[in-house]
Amino acid sequence: MTASLSSVSVVFGREFRAYFATPLAAIFLVVFLALAGAMTFFVSGFFARGSADMAAFFTWMPWLFLVLLPAIGMRLWAEERRSGTIELLMTMPVAPWTIVLGKFLAGWAFTGVALALTTPLWITVNWLGSPDNGVIAAGYLGTFLMAGAFLAIAACISTLTKNQVIAFISAAIVTFLLVTAGLELVLGAIRGWAPYWMTEAVAALSVLEHFQRITQGLIEAPTLIFFGSLIVLALMINTFLVDLKKAQ
Amino acid sequence: MTTLVEARGLKKRFGDMTAVDDVSLSVARGEVVGFLGPNGAGKSTTMKMITGFLEPDTGTAEVGGHDVWRDPTSAKAKLGYLPEGAPAYGDMPVADFLSFVGKMRGLRKAELNNRLAEMADRVRLTEVWSRPIEALSKGYRRRVGIAQALIHDPDVLILDEPTDGLDPNQKHEMRNLIREIAPNKSIIVSTHILEEVEAVCSRAVIIAAGRVVADATPRDLVGSKDDGRAIQIRIGSPEEASVIEKIKPLADGAELEVMERMNGSTRVLLRYNDKPEDTRAIETRLKSADLPVEEVGIYRPRLEDVFRDVTTRIH
Ligand SMILES: Nc1ncnc2c1ncn2[C@@H]1O[C@H](COP(=O)(O)OP(=O)(O)OP(=O)(O)O)[C@@H](O)[C@H]1O
Ligand SMILES: [Mg+2]
Repeated sequence: MTASLSSVSVVFGREFRAYFATPLAAIFLVVFLALAGAMTFFVSGFFARGSADMAAFFTWMPWLFLVLLPAIGMRLWAEERRSGTIELLMTMPVAPWTIVLGKFLAGWAFTGVALALTTPLWITVNWLGSPDNGVIAAGYLGTFLMAGAFLAIAACISTLTKNQVIAFISAAIVTFLLVTAGLELVLGAIRGWAPYWMTEAVAALSVLEHFQRITQGLIEAPTLIFFGSLIVLALMINTFLVDLKKAQ
Repeated sequence: MTTLVEARGLKKRFGDMTAVDDVSLSVARGEVVGFLGPNGAGKSTTMKMITGFLEPDTGTAEVGGHDVWRDPTSAKAKLGYLPEGAPAYGDMPVADFLSFVGKMRGLRKAELNNRLAEMADRVRLTEVWSRPIEALSKGYRRRVGIAQALIHDPDVLILDEPTDGLDPNQKHEMRNLIREIAPNKSIIVSTHILEEVEAVCSRAVIIAAGRVVADATPRDLVGSKDDGRAIQIRIGSPEEASVIEKIKPLADGAELEVMERMNGSTRVLLRYNDKPEDTRAIETRLKSADLPVEEVGIYRPRLEDVFRDVTTRIH
């Protein structure tokens, strides 16, 4: 057990630092902050709304994240396979799941850094009025959980290719489908031909539905279970796929 | 002697192609096995199965007494591995990379620092210690790969072409290093450099098309082909066909074989079923036929000849 914990933390340390080894991390953070700011202030009209909350900010997160998290997750395994370092990694005396988890947590922590950099907005909202800080905290929690789910999916997909660009595009497509699954537009299109249970199943996969509830301040078990199980499932598939694809 | 590596009946297919076909190999403590074979013979694939990276279709491998598939963590803990091409994280400085591998291999702070210092010194990495690996020359990168395999002082060392890309001095150092650490380890080294095998290996295992075709000490391998019944002739002419035509009638009862052509001369082998003719008699005869004879002597095979022989003939 302690050996597993230590290998998770060693992998975590290496991966987390790897994000900052190139200027890419800084570029990424700047792009994220710029996009989040632009959406909040210009598209949603943060000031014009005249209400002291961060709804204008959170609304955009699923759409931003479906591009940004595939970008964070794409190199996790594709690059190991391309450079052959996966051969070193998988001949270390540790359980493969600890490597999968360490890599995932590093990407998630990096997302955490990005989110932490948006807290000036939270402070601004408090300065302008008196928002319900509980709701905002729930919003951050939801955003972070959603990021985890997207990242786990992106990491999982990056095991399937040696090409980071392909990993990025595939992960973006899958997360896009996951976000839009709950939209009436999509459900309406399925309802015409699919059986009832299938429509329900697709609707249940909807990230938006859960995300919207949590950003309204509703921290409910189904939502936590939804994001939690998405993460766990994706990481389990990730572990399986690494083993399957490592030597190809 | 303790056997530290025991592979039995390893088989691996890729699609319709059988890359490794029933390879068994056992290596005792103190042995350095040179793993030889032409390109695509299955050396790397065999090594990947022994290190637990690739699962064999059939067969088993044990490292330090632990089955690589049933108890992978214990088996892998005994093992240092340099994969083909010496992969490493290019963005990491040498020190950070080695420290990462050391921690993954369970080394604690004080021990890790000792080992890092020892690697810097023994594998001669001090000069490049804080440079990112992607900025290193090929030879240094290979050395980082070796240091990585040695960081935890493993019982078993599996090195896939460790001297590829090293300059002659570095090759020499690498051989010395292997010789130094050899007495209490089991080492398998794949290489295409046969003199290396003669210099450091206590045993040579040659594989061709996925099968072991020879397994003996380099001396015995050479000895097995050395029956004293062949004569080697060097002729100062690169025209193989005409040389053969001219020698044929002068060497009664011998089978002719062109060994190689280099630097404008041709090496021809006369194989006899019995005791060969006197070399001086042959030399005189060739000279009187106006052939530019450079050397005539009893043929003493080199490892290279044995290698070519066992990997190109179908047995
Ligand atoms: N992942 C793979 N998928 C398909 N075929 C493979 C794979 N890995 C190896 N092979 C094939 O298996 C055979 C053995 O390859 P291997 O790399 O073991 O040879 P080798 O003896 O190490 O050769 P070299 O001296 O060139 O390094 C080759 O024909 C190779 O093309
Ligand atoms: Mg090879």
